[in-house]
Amino acid sequence: MADMPEPPLYPYAPPRDLGAPAPLRYPVVVVGAGPVGLALALDLGLQGQPVLVLDDHEGPGDGSRAICFSKRSLEIADRYGCAAGMLDKGVVWKRGKVFHRDREIYEFDLLPESGHRCPAFVNLQQPDFERFMVARIRQAQRDGAPIELRGRNRVEAAAPDAGGADLTVATPDGSYRLRADWLVACDGARSSLRGMLGLDFEGRVFRDSFLIADIRMTGPFPAERRFWFDPWFRSGASALMHKQPDDVWRIDFQIGWNVDRAEELKEDNVRRRLDAMLGEDARYDLLWTSIYTFQCRRMRRFRHGRVFFAGDSAHQVSPFGARGCNSGIQDAENLGWKLGMVLRGEAPEALLHSYCTERRAAADENIRHSTRSTDFITPKSRTSRLFRDAVLDLAARHPFARPMVNSGRLSQAASYRNGPLTGPDGLPGGPAGARPGAACPDAPLTEGYLLNRLGGGFTLLFLGASPPESMPAGAGAPPLRQVVLGAGDDPSGLVRDRYLGQAASAVYLVRPDQHIGARWPGYDAAAVRGALRLACGMERTE
Amino acid sequence: MTELILTPNIDDPDGFYAELIAAHDGLDDDESAALNARLILILANHVGDRNVLSQALHAAAPAPAS
Repeated sequence: MADMPEPPLYPYAPPRDLGAPAPLRYPVVVVGAGPVGLALALDLGLQGQPVLVLDDHEGPGDGSRAICFSKRSLEIADRYGCAAGMLDKGVVWKRGKVFHRDREIYEFDLLPESGHRCPAFVNLQQPDFERFMVARIRQAQRDGAPIELRGRNRVEAAAPDAGGADLTVATPDGSYRLRADWLVACDGARSSLRGMLGLDFEGRVFRDSFLIADIRMTGPFPAERRFWFDPWFRSGASALMHKQPDDVWRIDFQIGWNVDRAEELKEDNVRRRLDAMLGEDARYDLLWTSIYTFQCRRMRRFRHGRVFFAGDSAHQVSPFGARGCNSGIQDAENLGWKLGMVLRGEAPEALLHSYCTERRAAADENIRHSTRSTDFITPKSRTSRLFRDAVLDLAARHPFARPMVNSGRLSQAASYRNGPLTGPDGLPGGPAGARPGAACPDAPLTEGYLLNRLGGGFTLLFLGASPPESMPAGAGAPPLRQVVLGAGDDPSGLVRDRYLGQAASAVYLVRPDQHIGARWPGYDAAAVRGALRLACGMERTE
Repeated sequence: MTELILTPNIDDPDGFYAELIAAHDGLDDDESAALNARLILILANHVGDRNVLSQALHAAAPAPAS
């Protein structure tokens, strides 16, 4: 029933450590080569920071299979140089439709504005997403990026201490030990590192299960997200349908809490549900099926000394809203530049505290949205169901109820507005979408797009404002690039709309992860220096 | 005549909805129904306009069977 197996993405080769007389030492070890671990490897490697990635498989695992990659994830991938293939292969969609029984009650458009290089979402199989990232890693390795990716290297034991962690790693040729100065657990919801370290993971379990199927068919359905509450075809209490590339469709049925998993996963039973939805004469191949339950929970802290947790290992949400993988990729890019700066001695270790502060706030926002969606999709009490059904009933007739229909609030870039690295908003009349803390909104330039121009590293963006003759790099502050744009660079006027608003000119401090650190009407050396120091963790704010 | 507002008019609809559902936590069905009754009366008093209230009662009536 499955496709032919792909050749391994990162085949096992005996690591040099096996013959080493003493454990070798590595500055950064990442455990898990899923999208989060691969993103972090690219981030660090492209900065020239050596990074070793260990994975217990030789390619995409059988576990989670994200399909919806958000604009922010694509923008991050674009900065790493691997978005082109994703954008090319992925199914672009921005429309969602919600049905109640047999009626369409609501339709939404996720990105009503134009002028962004990346769409609101593309649907792409997670293994393909990982393949594009690994291909980029291979290219970066050829260009000298110090990334090492080891398949079938399973971490068996971890002993963290104040200066790093000792790991025991099992391979087909036996075990070896290594020393990591910094360790990052990107090993998923069932993180074995989290277990080995005996760390907490608290939150709510939802008492429902979902049957998930990837099927291949050529059908008349358009590239949009379709969600049914109480579907007329009765294949589940709710149903979700999503298009992926290569004529593959993702279908989810909510099937209740007490189910016999083995029985439900029998092909005949899966097909019975699918046939009810698609019609008795529908022809399709079953590619992959699974049953999942989910939790909304997170660790109390994402950093424990020299060990970081990123992605599902640190926090989990329900799948409605595409907030799992997409938030994990944002974790990776948030940690990447901070770790790089600390390793280069450009920032104090205190900068790393902000990883937990910023990403925990993002996780809480994701958990809040995800919990609300789940409570709407699977009402937990009779009253809750009564209100849910009333909203659905009213939504078909009255627009006011439609914003309350919640089949998932789709992932958007987190804002670090209240984070410890974010300065005050110094631009009167500036647009809300570009407040300090926000991810830079994209906009088309005469050539290319703004986000591509910003690149990585700390950048000062001048809009209708004059840069100084020279920018003094202050005591210990990292290098600061300049990007100067005028009206001639902005034929659509969208840079003006998204960054100036009512203001005549602006100077933006942009972080290496393309989040806005601070903004002002003009250049002020002392203000810039202060904001830069704040963004690098050089100022105590607590 | 004031028209009943039937277009979105609540800031943060998700937050409101979550608070509304949470208000029923721990209540049995009768207690929930009583809470809803009190809530309707409070909101109706806030609206005040007798004609708007009639429009609201009409809008909330069961949809004709289709």
